[in-house]
Amino acid sequence: MTAQALKVVIVAVALAAFAYAVPHSGSFVILLATRAMAFAILAMSVDLLLGFTGLSSMGQAAYFGVGAYLTAICATKLHFGLGWDFWIVVLLGILLGAALAAFFGLLAIRASGVYFLMITLALGQCVWGLAYRWNSLTGGDNGINLSARPNFGLDLSNDVTFFYLVFSFFAVSMAAMYVLVRSPFGQSLAGIRERELRMQILGYNTWLHKYIAFIIAGGFGGLSGVLWAHTNGHVSPETLVLTTSVDSLLMVVLGGAGTLVGGCFGAAIVFGLREFLSTLVPWWQYVLGAVYVLTILYLPMGLMGIPERIRQNWRTQRKKEGPTNLTPKELASEPS
Amino acid sequence: MAKTLRHRVTPMLLGAGLLALGMSPAPAEELRIGYIAPVTGIFAQVGKDMVDGFQLYLSEHNNKLGGMDVKFIVEDDQGKPDAGVTKARKLILQDHVQMFIGGLLASTGYALAPVSTSEKTLYISSVSSADDLTQRQLGKYPYFMRTSWTSSLPHHPLGQWACDQGYKKVITIAADYAFGYETVGGFQAAFEACGGKVIQKIWPPLGTKDFGPYIPTFKADADAIFTTMVGPMALQFPKQLRSAGVKKPILGSGVSYDEFVLPFMGDEVIGDVSALHYSAAIDTPINQAFVKAYRAKFGKVPGYYSENNYTTAMWLDKAITKAGGKYPGPEEFIKIMASIKLDAPRGPVELDDMRNPIENVYIKKVEKKKMFGYDKDELWNTVIKTYPKVSQFWTEGKDKFLAHPVYDRDYPPCKYCE
Repeated sequence: MTAQALKVVIVAVALAAFAYAVPHSGSFVILLATRAMAFAILAMSVDLLLGFTGLSSMGQAAYFGVGAYLTAICATKLHFGLGWDFWIVVLLGILLGAALAAFFGLLAIRASGVYFLMITLALGQCVWGLAYRWNSLTGGDNGINLSARPNFGLDLSNDVTFFYLVFSFFAVSMAAMYVLVRSPFGQSLAGIRERELRMQILGYNTWLHKYIAFIIAGGFGGLSGVLWAHTNGHVSPETLVLTTSVDSLLMVVLGGAGTLVGGCFGAAIVFGLREFLSTLVPWWQYVLGAVYVLTILYLPMGLMGIPERIRQNWRTQRKKEGPTNLTPKELASEPS
Repeated sequence: MAKTLRHRVTPMLLGAGLLALGMSPAPAEELRIGYIAPVTGIFAQVGKDMVDGFQLYLSEHNNKLGGMDVKFIVEDDQGKPDAGVTKARKLILQDHVQMFIGGLLASTGYALAPVSTSEKTLYISSVSSADDLTQRQLGKYPYFMRTSWTSSLPHHPLGQWACDQGYKKVITIAADYAFGYETVGGFQAAFEACGGKVIQKIWPPLGTKDFGPYIPTFKADADAIFTTMVGPMALQFPKQLRSAGVKKPILGSGVSYDEFVLPFMGDEVIGDVSALHYSAAIDTPINQAFVKAYRAKFGKVPGYYSENNYTTAMWLDKAITKAGGKYPGPEEFIKIMASIKLDAPRGPVELDDMRNPIENVYIKKVEKKKMFGYDKDELWNTVIKTYPKVSQFWTEGKDKFLAHPVYDRDYPPCKYCE
């Protein structure tokens, strides 16, 4: 078994354990896990940009927001998406997220680095402003309450059923993104991340590749938003405020960019800390802040960098002890 | 292998940890109250005042309400409706509370009310004032009641009062969100019903600190200015208005001059008028006792955020006593709450048939004086007129009032604006 296949098996086992353990715990834990998973899809979409393409988007909440508002507006104003047509809303959410990203991408992709960050931030705020001020459609500051979750044979108002639905979306999204980043297209993204100029010289249209990655991330953002709207049954401008984008970015950095799984760990930790710690102490935000700072100082690779770090230590230890018997592949991945 | 183990162990540990957290059954004779307030974030200070008000009553009564021991669980919503919903469900699912109370912002109130319906748990809104919750939307929320106010409630009398003072033309300037719309709406409806004219409506964004761009646009022929400013806006606006040389009288929403901001205001606010269902300067023995106890404990004069919650605790105390020292379930409990006429620090309070309080509204003028035997000159909201037993429907009557839409940015329409 190769190392990569082993990783996949581990993640699959962990997911299965998670899907088994959570419904057997408290009902609030189920709710929290559902929220974390819905948000983790957004975090993974951020990772697709940050970790695999090298674009730090500060406006991912916009796609999340349009997905959530689409769901809420369809459900309350058009009474659409509460039966089997929920699947159409899911599809529309993905398409709308992708379409918005396609539009924003035209404006943002031309820039890179901090300029890209600023443009995406500004575009994200535009969407927030729209949600806040378009009272007749979005309910303004008060937001929109969804009366019920969809029921298409499967009654999603049951928290456990809904948990499994979100879990399925989560697992499928993760698998899809995994396939994507391992594909030749994904490899070209990694190439762009490492050295865009070289990729251009090799004849790749890097703008197009980045643009497509941006659209795909937008689509996943939209999906995440659709699910999110149903977790709490409430959508307001707070849903797509700047901090949502920042949160998703921080989760990825915390978990480890360029790993997909890292963003999920990040989401789990942030949601867990936020909900449980805030019950215990009023200064919980300092703890969260300290976690972020310490991670960035000591684990620039994020939490997913821990195994790598230990392996490195172990290897240097072995090298000191005697002649190495590393395989060529291991030698190649040796840090320089 | 090390890596494999770690990957396997982490989720297991997580699962086990989550399992442990999920299990905490409630003992029977306890009254478990969940309380949702913004303890962190930009509204943290208000959140603390809310909690303090409730806890003052609890500590004065040995942590008992109506003979039941109270388990009072405070949860932080950070002033975000979405976080509030999660916390409410946490309180219900994990802590098994019989009721949850609180929520500061109107948007939080709108977000929390559906939770009470879906979880069949009583929600008492003790501050949040979103009009429609106890008006056109009440039918959706059978387990919801309010002990505070609707945003428009004190501003109907203020509109009437302004008209009675002989003001003919008024400009309104209010924060650009639902609470601003509803306060202005209430004022405008009553003022224009009496013959006044609102000639200009200005909506600076929530959190505006520089009113420089707005003040010069004020129409010169206005007799007075109605304002709804919240948070830091409340401090900045009167200061900038007066230093710009505008001397027109201010009629404010009560929150703009609440005791929560009053100590930080300068002498430029002396003479400003505002309306609310509470003033710390109400000269009754019960209010004096409340103000003194609160100030002794927390070092500040209580505002309506604290009074509303103190009164909520008092109301619960009476209701649980009436129910025979137990909690009878949400529907029965709301009936009992509705049957109680309370004598609170804010004055007499009772529920109307839409589960919103009928209460006195005080027209208040900021004065610098000594009060309740404190030896320093301080700013107080002196009551200059009391409108007794004001209903959320003002003088219009329930049916007629509910027939028109909820007050909004464009309702009532500005007929006299150019």
